[in-house]
Amino acid sequence: MTGTFVGMPAFPTAARDALADSQLRGNLARATGTIRAKRAAAVAEVPEWEALRAAGAAIKDDVLLHLEDYLVQLEASLTASGATVHWARDAAEACAIVAAVAKAHDADEVVKVKSMATQEIGLNEALAEAGIAAWETDLAELIVQLGDDLPSHILVPAIHRNRAEVREIFQRAMGTAGRPAPDGLTDEPAELAAAAREHLREKFLRAKVAVSGANFAVADSGTLVVVESEGNGRMCLTLPEVLVSVVGIEKVVPTWADLDVFLQLLPRSSTGERMNPYTSTWTGVTPGDGPQEVHVVLLDNGRTRALADQVGRQALRCIRCSACLNVCPVYSRTGGHAYGSVYPGPIGAILNPLLRGVGVDDQVDSLPYASSLCGACYDVCPVAIDIPSVLVELRSQVVDAHRGGLPGGEAAAMSAASWVFGRARRLAAAERVSGLTGRLATRLARRLPGPASAWTDARDLPTPPRESFRAWWRRTGGGGDA
Amino acid sequence: MRVALMVTCINDALFPERGRAVVRLLRRLGCEVEFPQGQTCCGQPMINSGYVDQAVPPLRAFVSAFEGYDAVVAPSGSCVGSARHQHALVARRSGDASLVQRVAEVSPKVYELSEFLVDVLGVTDVGAYFPHRVTYHPTCHSLRMLGVGDRPLALLRAVRGIELVELPAADECCGFGGTFAVKNADTSVAMGSDKAHHVRSTGAEVLVAGDSSCLMHIGGLLSRQRSGVRVLHLAEVLAATEKVSV
Amino acid sequence: MSARDEILGRVRRALADADRSSPPVSRDYRVTPPDGADLVALFVERVTDYRATAVVVPDADVSAAVEAALAGRRPIVPDGLPWPVDGLADTGQAAAELDAVDAVVTGAALGIAETGTLVLDHGPGQGRRALSLVPDVHVCIVRADQLVYGVPQAVALLDPARPLTWVSGPSATSDIELDRVEGVHGPRTLHVVVADSFRA
Repeated sequence: MTGTFVGMPAFPTAARDALADSQLRGNLARATGTIRAKRAAAVAEVPEWEALRAAGAAIKDDVLLHLEDYLVQLEASLTASGATVHWARDAAEACAIVAAVAKAHDADEVVKVKSMATQEIGLNEALAEAGIAAWETDLAELIVQLGDDLPSHILVPAIHRNRAEVREIFQRAMGTAGRPAPDGLTDEPAELAAAAREHLREKFLRAKVAVSGANFAVADSGTLVVVESEGNGRMCLTLPEVLVSVVGIEKVVPTWADLDVFLQLLPRSSTGERMNPYTSTWTGVTPGDGPQEVHVVLLDNGRTRALADQVGRQALRCIRCSACLNVCPVYSRTGGHAYGSVYPGPIGAILNPLLRGVGVDDQVDSLPYASSLCGACYDVCPVAIDIPSVLVELRSQVVDAHRGGLPGGEAAAMSAASWVFGRARRLAAAERVSGLTGRLATRLARRLPGPASAWTDARDLPTPPRESFRAWWRRTGGGGDA
Repeated sequence: MRVALMVTCINDALFPERGRAVVRLLRRLGCEVEFPQGQTCCGQPMINSGYVDQAVPPLRAFVSAFEGYDAVVAPSGSCVGSARHQHALVARRSGDASLVQRVAEVSPKVYELSEFLVDVLGVTDVGAYFPHRVTYHPTCHSLRMLGVGDRPLALLRAVRGIELVELPAADECCGFGGTFAVKNADTSVAMGSDKAHHVRSTGAEVLVAGDSSCLMHIGGLLSRQRSGVRVLHLAEVLAATEKVSV
Repeated sequence: MSARDEILGRVRRALADADRSSPPVSRDYRVTPPDGADLVALFVERVTDYRATAVVVPDADVSAAVEAALAGRRPIVPDGLPWPVDGLADTGQAAAELDAVDAVVTGAALGIAETGTLVLDHGPGQGRRALSLVPDVHVCIVRADQLVYGVPQAVALLDPARPLTWVSGPSATSDIELDRVEGVHGPRTLHVVVADSFRA
C-alpha cells in the first residue's frame, strides 16, 4: 500500500525536485519553524539539560560497548516475565517472524503503533504479501498510508502535507480502508483528528494482533517503553490479545532507573513538550490486563555493522527524537523524501550509510555530502551525537570505497591541491596563474561553463586580486601601507 | 608575545585586503605580527571532502609554519575550527607520532580573530570608526564549533559611528559548506537565497561576517541580485578608522 | 547457526578492537528539588498547560468534585477506589462494551509536578489499562502526598514489574502542520482532582 524508497535518485537530484515544489517548501518552513521554537523553550526550562545530555550519551555508550551482555540480560528478563524473545538478523527474518505470529492466530489484519524499526524493515509490504493487512494508527502514518505516500520525517511522517492536503486524502481514501470520512469534513486539524478517531476505533476494537516498536527496552527489568501522544499506542498495547514488538538491538538501556534520563530528554527534544501525553511501559505479560501473549523481536539489520564503525558507532545512541531534522537547514528546505530512506535529515545522512555500508549504492553514498556541516544538529542532539564528525568520517569512507581504477575529477583535484598546499612556493606559483586566469574569466563571463557553472549559475565570483597577500608581504616585507 | 598571522588560503588568493586589514588592526593594537611564509592551507577542504590523507601535506606545512609562536591569529572561524578540532585526527591518521605531538602543541594556540582580540588582548573597543548601517552574520563554525559567542558583536558595538541592526534567523547556515556549495548547488543556493533575503530585509548597507568563504557565497548571491549590499570581513570593519576607510 | 548466536557473534566481532572502558555515568542531572517548592501549585499549573482541568479540594470534598467533573456522565469505577463514587463496576467488560461507557474515574500511583504528569500503575483504585483508555472522559484523583517534584523522583518510586501509564493531559496530536490539537484516540477530556487535606 505504501510506496518504498528503492531506486531513489542520489540526494542532489532528489533535492532539486523538492526545492522546486513551493508548496512543500512552505509546509516545511512553517512546520519546522514551529517545532524549533517549541523545543528551544522546553529545553531552556531545564537548567540541568547539559548534564542530562551527557548522561544520555554515557548510558548509551555503555550499552553499545557492552551490548552482548545487555542483550543476554534483556532476553532473560523478558523471558522471565512471560514474553517470547525472537532474534532477527535482517528485515526479511523480522518480517517473517511477525507474519508467523499473526498467522498462528488466524489474523488477516494487525494494528500498528508508529515504529521506525517496522518502517525500516518494510513490514507492511511484507505482511501484505502474506495476506495480512497492517493498519497504521498514528495520525501522520495514517495520512501517509492512505495517501499511498512515503514518510518524510521521523516524528511527523506527513510533515510535508498541509491541512488541505490531509483533508483531500481522508475524503478520497478512508472509505477504501474502512469507515469513510464524515460528510462535510473541513481542514481544521481538530476535525481531521476526530475523523481519524472514528475511522480507527473499529479497527482497535476488533484487532486480535498488534505490532509495535519500542523507544526503550530495559535490560534489568525486561520492560519495554512506548512514548506517544495520541493514545493509538495505548490502544494497540492494551486491547489486542497478542502483541509483537520489533526492537532494534540498540534500544537497550541498562536499568529501570536510567529511564529518568531519557523520559526527560525525549519529549522535550522531540515535540518540545515537558512530557508527551502518554507513555506506556509493560513487562512481559500481566495476567488479566492487556495482551496475554507478548513477543519481542530483537532486530540487527545492519546495526552490528554500524557498531563496528569506531567513529560512526555513536549514531546508535539515537533515540529518534528528530530534533536534528527540525533544525537542519538542508532538511527544512528539501524535506525528507530527498534522503531516500525512512531515516531522513542529519541522522539519516549518517545512519543509512552506517546500517547499509558505503561503496555499494550511489544514493547511499550521496548522503554524507547532504550537509553543509553547520553543526546545528550536534547542538540539539539529546544524546550528543557529533553528526558533523561522523559525516566527515563517512565521506572519507566513501572516497576510500571508490579508490582504485582511474581517479575521478575530484580525486585528481584533491591530489593536486594536496601537492600545491604541501609547499608554500608551489602555492605562490599557483596563485600567480589562477589570479591571472581568474581575472580574465570573471572579466569575460559572469557564468562559467563546466563544473564551475554549479557556482556561477546563481552566484557571482569575486574578481581575483592583482597580487596575493603573500606576494604583497614579500614585496613590501609586510610593511608599507598595510 | 610572538604573534603569527594565519591569513588562510582563501584570503591569500582572493581577498588579500582582508589579510592586510588584520595586520593593520593588530599593529594598531600594539602587536608585532609576523607572516610565516611557509603557510598554505589548513587542509579543511580535503578533510571535509573525505580526502584525509591528502590533508597531511598541508598539515605538515601548517605546523612547520606556526610552531614556536605564542599565538596564531586567523580571520576565519572555519579554518581555526579545523586547526583546533580536525588537525589531531588527521595527524593520528598519518601514523606519524611526531606530527601528532607537534599538532598538540600548535592547535591550542590558534585563535579566531575575535577570540584573540577579546580573550588574549582583552579589548572590545579597538578604536574603529565605521559610519554605516551594518548587519552581522555569525558563521556556523565560529558560532558552534568554536563557540565565539557574542565576541564579534561586542567588538562591532564598540565601533564608533556604526549602526548595527539584527539579522533575522542569524544563526542559520548560509549554505556555503565548502564543496557542498557545488556538490549540492541547488540546496546551497536555496539556503543562501534565504540568507540574502534576510540581509536585504534589514536595510543594511554592509553585511559583516568572520569568514571569507561564507561572505563569498552570500556576497555572490547579493551581487548577482544587484542588491547593492556590500560584504566585508569583520577585520575590515575593525581596521577602519577616520583616516583609513574601507 | 541460530539468529541469536549469529547476532551476538557479530556484536562481539564489532567490538573486538574497541576500548570498552566506559566512564561511570554522572548523575549530576538528579538535582535536589528546589526548597519549599509548592508541588500542588506547580502540578496544577502544569496539568492545566495541557488543557486538562485541575481542582484542589480537601479529602472530604473529593466525591463532590468528581461528580462536578463528570457533569452527569455515568462512569465506570475500578475496585478499590478509596473515595465513594457512584458508577458501573468493572466486571471485565470487553473493549467494545467499554466504548459505550462515557467516563472513568481512577486514582493514580503518583503525580509529577514539574511535568504535570499522572502515573497509573493499574493497582487498586486504578483498574486495568483498558478502563482508563476507552471511555472518552477520564477523571483522575491524586492525593497531594503522592506528588513528587520531577521525573527522577517518580522513576525511583515506580515498580517496573507493573504496567504503567504516564498521562500528561488529554490525548493530543501535532501531526498536522505541527499544530497541537487535543483529542485523538485516548480520552479527549482529562479532569484532575487533587485531594489535599492540608489545604482545607
